[in-house]
Amino acid sequence: MINHDIVIIGGGPAGMAAAIAAYDAGIKDTVILDREDSIGGILRQCIHNGFGLHKLGRELTGPEYADVYAKQVYKRGIKVYTETMVTDLSADKMVTATNREGILKIQAKAVILAMGCRERSRGALNICGSRPAGIFSAGTAQKLINCEGYAVGKRVVILGSGDIGLIMARRMSFEGAKVEAVCEIMPYSGGLTRNIVQCLEDYDIPLYLSTTVAEIHGKQRLEGVTIAQVGPDRRPIEETKRYIPCDTLLLSVGLIPENELTRTAGIPIDPVTNGAVVDENRQTAVSGIFACGNVLQVHDLVDYVSDEAEIAGNGAAAYIKGQLDSGKKATTKAGYGVRYVLPQTVSTDSDNSVSLFFRVSNPYGKVRFTVKSGDEVLATAVRLKAVPGEMEKINIPAEKLAIADGEITVSLEEL
Amino acid sequence: MTRNLTCIICPRGCSLVAEISGNEVKVTGQTCPKGEQYAIDECTNPVRTVTSIVRVTNREDTMVSCKTESPVPKDKIFEVMAIIRSTTVEAPVHIGDVLCDNVFGTKVIATKEIK
Repeated sequence: MINHDIVIIGGGPAGMAAAIAAYDAGIKDTVILDREDSIGGILRQCIHNGFGLHKLGRELTGPEYADVYAKQVYKRGIKVYTETMVTDLSADKMVTATNREGILKIQAKAVILAMGCRERSRGALNICGSRPAGIFSAGTAQKLINCEGYAVGKRVVILGSGDIGLIMARRMSFEGAKVEAVCEIMPYSGGLTRNIVQCLEDYDIPLYLSTTVAEIHGKQRLEGVTIAQVGPDRRPIEETKRYIPCDTLLLSVGLIPENELTRTAGIPIDPVTNGAVVDENRQTAVSGIFACGNVLQVHDLVDYVSDEAEIAGNGAAAYIKGQLDSGKKATTKAGYGVRYVLPQTVSTDSDNSVSLFFRVSNPYGKVRFTVKSGDEVLATAVRLKAVPGEMEKINIPAEKLAIADGEITVSLEEL
Repeated sequence: MTRNLTCIICPRGCSLVAEISGNEVKVTGQTCPKGEQYAIDECTNPVRTVTSIVRVTNREDTMVSCKTESPVPKDKIFEVMAIIRSTTVEAPVHIGDVLCDNVFGTKVIATKEIK
């Protein structure tokens, strides 16, 4: 068994930014464990641009953004264990992992969870039909194409209009495939508006809303799918069924934070975010264990992941130094129009302001967000539009937090 | 003529309105100068940054990601892809290495480190 002060599980954008923050806050014995052969996480396969505009002031591709952080990790001499898979985590911060050297047991003073997400599968969706080759989760197809150079198919249907589905619609088109359709079960798209424009409209790829894949056809290889419109119960409407010949189906139907280790350690999970319940330092309910990035809440922008990871890294460092106070706390709550609020608890008597992150439940036009505690208004903000696919942020100054009592609710009103 | 556009320069995706009369384009709805320029470009000379991959011939199953250093005309995207597809490179590759030169006024450069 060995000891390290801070163990960070996951070396993607969250893990790297947390490591740098913790190191710079004075905890030099901070290590990263990652199961891949190099750090960078999911960014290694996101070869498109759009990363870093907020955080770094310039627009980078995924691998370039990852490289900025990887260089900072290595420059500080932060130890990185690659090809290392964490298999167990206990509430007293014992981390068990396996790698080429065998089994590794590390006793940590603090742990930062940064494991990211995996994709929802066809099995979880219960799509009827045979099981031919040619059906991929969008992220798997992305990795096969972008990292290994395989062409996954020629005639494509994509289920799910979240950002991964939209990006892959463009990617497949670039590589000469014909993307017949993107189907989205909801009546609106889940991705960034800019992606609808630059991935679908630019290539005349039709987007069918309130539509799903009802059946899969083909024996050895996919031959086609039956799509259908769905009603309010999101079940296929028989009379709208339509066959589309294709050899590839990409599923972009949800990211699931990889919280097996979190559950193993007995850390409470929020049923809406599917990530840990945390406070403003991103500390979970188990003291000394922190969480950040996609494993905590699914993000749209890596820039916000890096911000959140810095909070967790600083929090873990402060924890080790005994500087985290346990004063007066309030719990946050999602009010009208809001799906969830993070962090789920905040200190109301510290000198620091806190940013609350949240998503709306439905697409809205012009709205006013209001943050209230009892009858006291702590903050408001007006937006011209708000959609579930774009995370919102409101800052609450310290002096406003001080008047909060018990519960803080974030809600919206349509203007 | 009026055109409604969504800006793609940053994730905000501002809704823009472009009033086109002859060669003049007047833009409203932008929240920054980049958005205004995007709308003008879209109406006069639309451009896009192209990102793709190039095969690394001396490494198994390895591709290096790449991008056009500056945006290229939107109607040339598939010609740029054809140039990229016919290009190969040998490791080591560094971010910024030129993989294809003279591509519609710009270069295709590597965006990943390959050892």
